[in-house]
Amino acid sequence: MSSASLLSSQSAASRKDKVSALAPDNFTWHGYSALETQWRVERLLSRYVACIDDDALERWPEFFVAEGCRYEIITRENVERGMPLALVFCNSQGMLVDRIVSLREANIYPQRWYRHIVSNVLIQAVAEDHLEVHSHYVVLQTRRNGQTSVFSAGKYKDRIVFQNGELKFAEKRVVVDTHSIDTLLVSPI
Amino acid sequence: MNAPMTPFAKPWVANPDGYRVPYEVFTDQAYYDQEQEHIFRGETWSFVGLDAELPNKGDFKSTAIGDTPVIVTRDQTGQLHVFKNLCMHRGALLVRESRGNVKSFDCVYHQWSFDLTGALRGVPMRRGVRGEGGMSPAFDMANFGLDALRVEVMNGLIFASFSKSVEPLADYLGEGIVANIQRIFNRPIRIMGDYRQYIHGNWKLYAENTRDPYHGSLLHLFHSTFGLYRATQKGFTYMDPSNRHCLLKATASAAPTSASEDQEVYKDVRSYNTEFHLQDASVLAGRPEFEDRASLVINAIFPNLLIQQIANCLAVRQSITHAPNAFEIVWTLFGYADDDEEMQMIRMKQSNLVGPAGLISMEDGEAIEIVQDAVIRDGKKTSVLAMGGVHAGSVDHMITEGPIIGFWENYARYLKLGDELKK
Repeated sequence: MSSASLLSSQSAASRKDKVSALAPDNFTWHGYSALETQWRVERLLSRYVACIDDDALERWPEFFVAEGCRYEIITRENVERGMPLALVFCNSQGMLVDRIVSLREANIYPQRWYRHIVSNVLIQAVAEDHLEVHSHYVVLQTRRNGQTSVFSAGKYKDRIVFQNGELKFAEKRVVVDTHSIDTLLVSPI
Repeated sequence: MNAPMTPFAKPWVANPDGYRVPYEVFTDQAYYDQEQEHIFRGETWSFVGLDAELPNKGDFKSTAIGDTPVIVTRDQTGQLHVFKNLCMHRGALLVRESRGNVKSFDCVYHQWSFDLTGALRGVPMRRGVRGEGGMSPAFDMANFGLDALRVEVMNGLIFASFSKSVEPLADYLGEGIVANIQRIFNRPIRIMGDYRQYIHGNWKLYAENTRDPYHGSLLHLFHSTFGLYRATQKGFTYMDPSNRHCLLKATASAAPTSASEDQEVYKDVRSYNTEFHLQDASVLAGRPEFEDRASLVINAIFPNLLIQQIANCLAVRQSITHAPNAFEIVWTLFGYADDDEEMQMIRMKQSNLVGPAGLISMEDGEAIEIVQDAVIRDGKKTSVLAMGGVHAGSVDHMITEGPIIGFWENYARYLKLGDELKK
């Protein structure tokens, strides 16, 4: 297909809108420089995925604020259609805990090992009480037979707050490119 | 396609101790090909979508019946059509997007153009260029419209058939199933979105799974783990007169059964537990919205549809086949157009229960794959279906495998597997 017809399907202007604004190079947030804030955000994300990959899921809810958190895994397909349906939709820390208890005690699923790779961590916006942070993720899954494949690829859209000296997720929206789920989704992303 | 019937002459007999199905039906390409011809492209009605997915003129979606790609579209008069997604020129996919809105379907390969009723409207260079080339004078555009399927819409559910002779949809479904469709699709719906679940198993294992009330409280342990489920709740199993379709219905009993009765029923079950409690039980909070107060309705419609009502969680699930060992479930969840904000949130929270990440449904994918993996070289061995009396039909309980037998009896009939197989 020619580039001309690709362009005609969507105006150049609307494409430009898709590039989100970035935070300025220099800011301070709760006393941290831009550089240190970036480092703390990346450390939060690294600790978050290590918690999942190291199967320390009982600690996973603690990465979220205790009151009024929101965690969603939603397909890009639904987002682009303007539809709310999420694969996982939690709007309290209790719902996060229940997911893990269910995974441990109730649900039946094949043994898998997950490996999250997070990159492209961009602080999109800085507000007094929160940061908007986008990053990319890939989850590799290794089956019991030792074969590894890509289970899910997508984007984290996070709202991060500073609480009692720590960074926490007030909101974590996992927008999944891989909208056809391979068998089932039991572990958080 | 024309595999001889003799390889299928296998021991599908209903002995007193159980109805038996050879495992090769789940692994053998010859069965798969016969199913495409005689079931999905045969005398059946397949679900292809909801009319609420195509609200505007020119809207289309691409989907599949069995593994045949089809387009569902609404033309400029508002009429719905279903076509094979196949250009009449050289066979290219006409539509390559999953959804959209168009004025015509234009093939990218040579830009043949079809209107929304399927008529061929444009063939570039049809009369040649500067007197050279062009289509044969005998070529008549009227003969090259898209392959159209029969379409019937019932309360917003769109069904299509490749057959010219299949009975009308209402007769195909039967009164009891039509009544359930009217019950759930009683007013305009609002679509919440889709889930897609790719399962490395045979589609018929899911047809069995969705006609199997026996496994409900045994495989799916979310309720029993949190001390919520009551196997002793009142339920029934309805089958249409042809035994193709099945309706499982359970009603939360007005008077809860006693703890001692639950313990007795679950004494052989690995997980009936009162140790765990939900931290946030709002995932189960809801509103009664049906007069019969049914808490669970699982309605399997032959060959590719399931309609569910689990509390306030409403969905259709469409099976799309890919190969003997692969199929996909497309879940479309919905509420009603008149839902208030609180009701929309109730449905969002309850959606955690179903789908590929569903707290009470994720296990089905695993159950299918462990059968598929185990039977790979044991095609001549058979399963045994004996729970509930080794026969299909309606019963006033849910401890039965009768609906699965009904499925296989019809399967054998569609594939013309021979009388020796039915008894």
